[in-house]
Amino acid sequence: MQGGAAGSAYRGRTASIGFAHGPLVRVDAGAGGERVAGTLVEEALALRKAIDLASGQIADLAGSAGGEAAQILEFQVALLEDEDLIEPIFASIGEGRPADVAWRSTLDEQIAEYNSAADEYLQARSSDLADLRDRVVHILRGDEGEPLKIPSGGVVCADDLPPSRFLEIDWSGGGGLALLHGSPTSHVAMLARARGIPMVVQLGAIPDAGATALLDGEGATLELDPSAEQVRIFEKRRESHRKSRASARAILRRPTASWRGEHIKLLINIQRVADLEHADAQYADGVGLMRTEFLLAGQSDLPDEETQFQAYDAVLRWAEQRPVTIRTFDAGGDKPVPGFTFDGEANPFLGVRGLRLCLARPEIFAVQLRALARAAVRGNLKVMFPMVTSADELEAGRKLFADIVKRLQAEGVAAMLPELGIMVEVPAAALAIGTFKAAFFSIGSNDLAQYVLACDRSNGALAPLLDPLHPAVLELIARTAEHGRRAGIGVSLCGDMASDPRCIPALLNCGLRELSVNASTLAQIKQTIDRLSGGGGLG
Amino acid sequence: MLDKADGQIFTGNVRLVHAVGMHARPAVKLTKLAKKFQAQISVRVAGAPEWINAKSVAKIMAMRAAHGSTIEFKASGSDAEAAIAALVDLVASDFPDGAG
Repeated sequence: MQGGAAGSAYRGRTASIGFAHGPLVRVDAGAGGERVAGTLVEEALALRKAIDLASGQIADLAGSAGGEAAQILEFQVALLEDEDLIEPIFASIGEGRPADVAWRSTLDEQIAEYNSAADEYLQARSSDLADLRDRVVHILRGDEGEPLKIPSGGVVCADDLPPSRFLEIDWSGGGGLALLHGSPTSHVAMLARARGIPMVVQLGAIPDAGATALLDGEGATLELDPSAEQVRIFEKRRESHRKSRASARAILRRPTASWRGEHIKLLINIQRVADLEHADAQYADGVGLMRTEFLLAGQSDLPDEETQFQAYDAVLRWAEQRPVTIRTFDAGGDKPVPGFTFDGEANPFLGVRGLRLCLARPEIFAVQLRALARAAVRGNLKVMFPMVTSADELEAGRKLFADIVKRLQAEGVAAMLPELGIMVEVPAAALAIGTFKAAFFSIGSNDLAQYVLACDRSNGALAPLLDPLHPAVLELIARTAEHGRRAGIGVSLCGDMASDPRCIPALLNCGLRELSVNASTLAQIKQTIDRLSGGGGLG
Repeated sequence: MLDKADGQIFTGNVRLVHAVGMHARPAVKLTKLAKKFQAQISVRVAGAPEWINAKSVAKIMAMRAAHGSTIEFKASGSDAEAAIAALVDLVASDFPDGAG
């Protein structure tokens, strides 16, 4: 995705929305000098002193940062006070290893363990451990970490950036953060969002050259040494973003979005129960997609019925009377789950995934259906099956579900069959939409585009071709919406398109009146619809 | 924790109601509270094969207790009974600010 004669552009993932235009500042994890080890006693003493000093430094940072940042740093202090973690390091020094080597190898083991976790939250915590590791190593080597001097508005570029380094940077003059790796769920991303610092992660490889940078946290792009024209376009985007942010918060509080006199329902997608804690979630018209794969992650065993029921019930209680659409396990494809998905498929995106997998593993599916049947009596629950190709699959799923409801009721357990719908993501389903006896349809535009355009969405080389606004994709969306309108069946769209303001005019013109978006983009999408409605220009 | 003269073992269990499970903030609160007691305190997710030290934040994070899971405690030592009561209360009340 490199530009031609003008500056080069790189695309990553959004971690925090906003814009920064300034000098590019490279930050590398300081390699530091070599260190000469002393006697066993000296080494043990050196580590003890380094830990105490690090603990004091972090406590000072926490004191001046406050709030969420303080809680993040408190975790690091707790690790330093954890004897189960620290004592083996002293034991290793006792066996003759230098303090920095012993410290680093133990922390590296922990980091590797966190990184290997299936749970994205634990993976993200590994950067807190790396932060702690580097701080103590720096102290041991005598190169006291000098606060980073970042020119005002500078775009900081690093492999990854630990939270404490972020807090040492003076952001009062603006600026942004461009990470080659990193994760949108990392602590540093939370800090960047809280401070309103734009941040893009997973930019991949970037050449060492480059003096000026444009960072667009919304489009997830980094442009280096931009041309005057690139700067002009960027500044225009930045200005419109600034204006829209101010009014978006006000628009969020209005009851419903509408376009050409019709209500547009805006729901949210959630990955896990905690996503409901987002400040804007309360303004949603419901939950349009609750993914359930998080239940499969980070556990040694597949989740039991009670664990699942608690999670579904928590969301229904939060939603009160609003609808909650829960998608059954969508494992397989790029989401392998040990003990559940099939190994060794040559082409997993075209393999046994989604509902196909659940029907092939009825013993696992039954546990989820029991939990959902019990949750159905607790609120406005809808259940949808992913990756459906033929109407027979929907009916097979419905039969399993209905049998389970009967069995539960016979056991005297409160349960009912919720409304059943399907994801429309296989082109065959979109083309034969009239054959499905579904209570609702939800268009999964990410997979639909991948299959219609024959572009593996995990293959970065195909990103320019994987255009959700391709006429073929829009045609299938429009046909599905049209069928829903004629048959009186609700149709929504829950893919990334719905969270992308540039796609909204096309989706409304396709006939969609219900969109499910990430909570963080709810305000922006509501405002986009409002503006289209008011101006009518793009309608 | 084999038999000792004063080795009465106290136990307790409680459901983890915290929305995101045993993540960093709850884990820090739990270990801080556990360290206030002399007793030797162990914790595990109900049914897990191994008990772990309730005073180790690294181990508690690695336990990966999910929302809705049941946490079991056991403790031995002079203030074991009080320790169990306090820890169960902390988890049951969803790790309120200022606790621990």
